[in-house]
Amino acid sequence: MAPASDLAIETSGLVKTFGETRAVDGVDLAVRPGTVQGFLGPNGAGKTTTIRVLATLLHPDSGTARVCGHDVVREAATVRSKVSLTGQFASVDEDLSGSDNLFVLARLLGYRPAQARDRSAELLTAFGLEEQADVLVKNFSGGLRRRLDVAASLVVRPDVLFLDEPTTGLDPVSRSRVWAVVRAIVDTGTTVVLTTQYLEEADRLADRIAVIDRGRIIADGTSDELKASVGANALRVRLRDPEQRETAVRVLERELGPDGELTARASRGRSPGGESAQETAGTAEQAGETAGSPGGDPAALTIRVTDGGDGKGVERATRALAELTREGVALADFTFERPSLDEVFLALTGHHAETRGKAGKKGHAAGSQGGRDGQDGS
Amino acid sequence: MSEPGTGGAASALTLDGDELDAAVRAALRTGETRPARPGAAAMCLIFCQRALFKIRRDPQQVFDAVLFPVMVTLVFTFLFGGAIAGSTDRYLQFLLPGVVVLTVVMISMNTGVALNVAVSTGIDDRFRSMPIWRPAMLVGELLSDVVRYLMASVVAVLLGLLLGYRPHGGLLGVLAALAMVQVFAFSLAWVWTALGLVVDKPQTIMTLSGIGVFPLLFASNIFVATHSMPGWLQALININPVTRTVTAVRGLMAGDVTGWHIFTAFLADAVLIAVFGPLTVYLYNRER
Repeated sequence: MAPASDLAIETSGLVKTFGETRAVDGVDLAVRPGTVQGFLGPNGAGKTTTIRVLATLLHPDSGTARVCGHDVVREAATVRSKVSLTGQFASVDEDLSGSDNLFVLARLLGYRPAQARDRSAELLTAFGLEEQADVLVKNFSGGLRRRLDVAASLVVRPDVLFLDEPTTGLDPVSRSRVWAVVRAIVDTGTTVVLTTQYLEEADRLADRIAVIDRGRIIADGTSDELKASVGANALRVRLRDPEQRETAVRVLERELGPDGELTARASRGRSPGGESAQETAGTAEQAGETAGSPGGDPAALTIRVTDGGDGKGVERATRALAELTREGVALADFTFERPSLDEVFLALTGHHAETRGKAGKKGHAAGSQGGRDGQDGS
Repeated sequence: MSEPGTGGAASALTLDGDELDAAVRAALRTGETRPARPGAAAMCLIFCQRALFKIRRDPQQVFDAVLFPVMVTLVFTFLFGGAIAGSTDRYLQFLLPGVVVLTVVMISMNTGVALNVAVSTGIDDRFRSMPIWRPAMLVGELLSDVVRYLMASVVAVLLGLLLGYRPHGGLLGVLAALAMVQVFAFSLAWVWTALGLVVDKPQTIMTLSGIGVFPLLFASNIFVATHSMPGWLQALININPVTRTVTAVRGLMAGDVTGWHIFTAFLADAVLIAVFGPLTVYLYNRER
């Protein structure tokens, strides 16, 4: 038997199949205690299945998983005493009030009735739900429901907290509140495993991000490492006068290109797909290439702007725009775009995240292989 | 060990203000204490209490449970009673104990539906990932149903008394009969819970249990005495758990019960639990 490690979560070759589908297909993870591990991926990628295996709800078909040093199959009872799960679909009781939900959980965890009422009230207050104490959960808004769901996982502070898409469908304010709560939880020493479809969320919260697709981890690293591997932000400008194109390309390459970590590439308007794939596969050789693809919109230019690990992409782009104005290039429009989840996927797998469900299996097998192999070293 | 990445969310934290943050942190500190876990029986009672919270929130279900015995008693007594037993009053004396059993059989079917709904929501995932004795949820739900059985069967008895039913077993006999009915309903409910865990939709359970329950009710001695039936049918009816229970309940209420009747009624309950209890628990514990 492997010696107990001090990792919060450790999996090796984890496989879970449902019929013909390999929902989890050889996942290796090592999560250090007190950190946030993000799982980033589209619907059906295997994020939820992985979490359900770790929370002892599913048995792996092969491979091993240990939570706090305990095997999720052989020591399931011990694991359950150390984890909490906030599922993707509300894991609170619709037909009970906010306060009764927490009361029942507190009772099950060993609080006596009076203590359980106190604990319930304390959590409701802490999570800004006092007014919902006696309201049935089915009448809660999405944001309130999520908050109650997270509170329900903290009646007793778990060593490991699983949050399955905690902010999907929430408005920005509710989302940032959940984020703040997650931060507070981690500060108390709890390890958080969180799945998300949002790059920004993983970026804000996770110490390490595992990008998961079709049951496999296709990239694993810090947010900066991931971004560097994905490529960059995109600055898109549209010129008032296509005649100024050459001047614009020269200025943009001067401002964004030559400092090595930047790749300037001007091309026709909106074809982000092909570009970013080339971007990651390709290299700095493309820097300095003045594009103007035949048949493209001569007034449109797209320039990739890397953050360079310091998040300064916006500043560089701003500087470049100012330089354009100073040199007399008139702009009709400009946009600055961060890498989206779709671009992450495209870069890493060669296929779009959204087409995941619709794409035929055959098409995928050929399409993704190159990208995946290419990223193995990152 | 260093804790990387804690700087990234600073803006999200300031957005929410320090007050919320402090309250959450304080609540998390309280959560550091882990009280001793309750025992299996205590957990069952907590789940029972949880189910009762729901009845309190939605009294409609109780009304539904009570309406049925009233209807059956009135229809059978006044429509068929005279034809079957010569007079409605004489038939009522025979029928009423059977109606009490019939009532709880019908209500017990809801248990399967409720369980089917319960396990298909996220709350079940939460419970199953907690350090909880697994069958506690099932047992708690079934115990809470006893409250509904009790209400409905008391209503049936009261209505009977109003219409002229006279239990010669006295108060004690009626109470003993009611207790026997609760035990039977609790035992029978395991059949529906097992069913509730294998089918995918609540409607399917209603259909399937509806199909199953009518032979169970009509091939029994609820409505008519069995002595006019062919021998093979009598034999079949005699091993029906409903028959065993009705015979004992009728005897207890009338004051002429025998030890054998009580023994076979409990034996039927024990068989139901022995078969469908473990089956339900197995189905519940299996991966879903």
